[in-house]
Amino acid sequence: MEAGALGKTYKSGETMMRQGESGDSMYVIQDGQAEVVVEKGGREIRLRTLGRGEFVGEMAVFERETRSATVRAVGDVRVLTVDRRGLLKRIQEDPSLAFRIMETMSRRVRTLSEEVALLRREEHDRPGPASA
Amino acid sequence: MRTANSKAPLSSHAPGARAETPDHGLRLNDGARVAVVGGGPAGSFFGYFLLELAERAGVRLKVDVYEPRDFSAAAPAGCNMCGGIVSESLVQALVTEGISIPPTVVQRGIDSYVLHTDVGSVRIETPLREMRIAAVFRGPGPRDVRRVKWGSFDGFLQNRVREKGAEVKRGRVQEIDRESGRPRVRTKDGSLETYDLVAVAVGVNSAALASLQNVVPEYRPPRTTKTFIGEYYLGEAGVAAVLGSSMHVFLLSIPRLEFAAIIPKGDYATVCLLGREIDNELVREFLESPAVRECLPPESYAGQSSCHCRPSINVGGAVRPFSDRIVFIGDCGYTRLYKDGIGAAYRTAKAAATTALFHGVSAADFEKHYWPACRAIGDDNRIGALTFAVTRRVQGAGFLLRAMLRMTSVEQRRAGEHRRMSLVLWDLFTGSASYRNIFLRTLRPAFVARFVWNLTVSILKKDRF
Repeated sequence: MEAGALGKTYKSGETMMRQGESGDSMYVIQDGQAEVVVEKGGREIRLRTLGRGEFVGEMAVFERETRSATVRAVGDVRVLTVDRRGLLKRIQEDPSLAFRIMETMSRRVRTLSEEVALLRREEHDRPGPASA
Repeated sequence: MRTANSKAPLSSHAPGARAETPDHGLRLNDGARVAVVGGGPAGSFFGYFLLELAERAGVRLKVDVYEPRDFSAAAPAGCNMCGGIVSESLVQALVTEGISIPPTVVQRGIDSYVLHTDVGSVRIETPLREMRIAAVFRGPGPRDVRRVKWGSFDGFLQNRVREKGAEVKRGRVQEIDRESGRPRVRTKDGSLETYDLVAVAVGVNSAALASLQNVVPEYRPPRTTKTFIGEYYLGEAGVAAVLGSSMHVFLLSIPRLEFAAIIPKGDYATVCLLGREIDNELVREFLESPAVRECLPPESYAGQSSCHCRPSINVGGAVRPFSDRIVFIGDCGYTRLYKDGIGAAYRTAKAAATTALFHGVSAADFEKHYWPACRAIGDDNRIGALTFAVTRRVQGAGFLLRAMLRMTSVEQRRAGEHRRMSLVLWDLFTGSASYRNIFLRTLRPAFVARFVWNLTVSILKKDRF
């Protein structure tokens, strides 16, 4: 069945896209898992793990910014590349094609809001510096 | 729920029966019933997207898909007589829609094309070197299939529409008529059901089309032509060794033959021929031509096909493929000329589904929102016909063929080279771009200049490929 596996396979640890690089495509995971990490102040912070059917790199489709994170294979992962230009043209012809991407982005905004709220609460609850 | 033979008109309070006033038009409301006649790709895509969009919009629909064939049964019962290519652009659109075709259905991923001509051949690879074209069998495989190893593509799509909540009915539809303006579907086994919308997706090879079209008197089926599709058993290792993961396309100066392709599948090679009055003689002439013998030696398939057919394909659009509450989609409506029939089924099915859900199901709604999608395909096909006419000219002119092969092979050899000809040929053979887009690219000054340069060099160097 390997001959029928669409997309491209990345080996465990291989980088699919790198933070700071320009991108003109998004990826859809067909099989396996990938991790999303952000490098900040010389440290690597793991944001999330993605699985089958999930999109990654979709921000590059809608904005001309560099990649905001690095994505690496966790075990072998098979992904299918979706070209930015072709996708935008199709969305222009059929806007409903963007529903799932918007759904993914919406879900991520929700998760981020929860994480921001949690961080702010932790910051608020943290005891201040001891007074002299 | 209304019974099959109920004659009573729906009350204005019944589900799906909103009053049909000019203000509201004909709409699919909560509880509306929809029939899809034909469960090939167009029918399954229509059912799938209608239910998907309805779910997002919070509208409950009851969808019945009528398909007498069992796609899990060995051919010819489940066969749909098709080359079986899911184009690069469709594979990408489908994954974006959440539909990934699994390796259990894809007989072989295609990552390159080899163009064979009378003066030589050239390989064209996708820039990403990624498998993004799927070679599939619409049914479980050819007549002599020894063991069903791969699933059918039509069966895969049918399972997706079933998972979305549609009911697949095995009855063969015999007639569609109307009762109080609503279409009624009568099957051969005597069932009779009334619907708020019927989508007809029976293709152009079904005898049913002649009897079903009467319900829309203005509808005229598309013009068709015959093709040849043959399956040749090589075994999985044989296919890999002989054809690899490339689709092989042929531009040969054989009279009556316009275009030919050999597609690698799991255990088989599918041979597709397009042309005028394709008969056994033309098939034999093609298979015995030097370019084909080199690509597919007769000893690799024991000199005979496992099965073959001569299905019709749509080469002109249907006239007025809609009326109040009835729409014709896929091949019995509009499709792309020679290429990407499954992609056209997706486009027309989705355009019809979005029209039905978001705008309404009257003839005026389909004319305003569905018809433009059909017309766009038709307009593009006219440019496609012109492109194929030019291709036919090139086919018969060795010096032009040599210049084309030279330009392509130089682009393929040199990293960073602008792949002008490669992309034109890739998009033309894969059906990945519109004919208009391809044609316009060939008119760009840079393309013309490169071609003239390669033509000159090719003549001076007396190229041999």
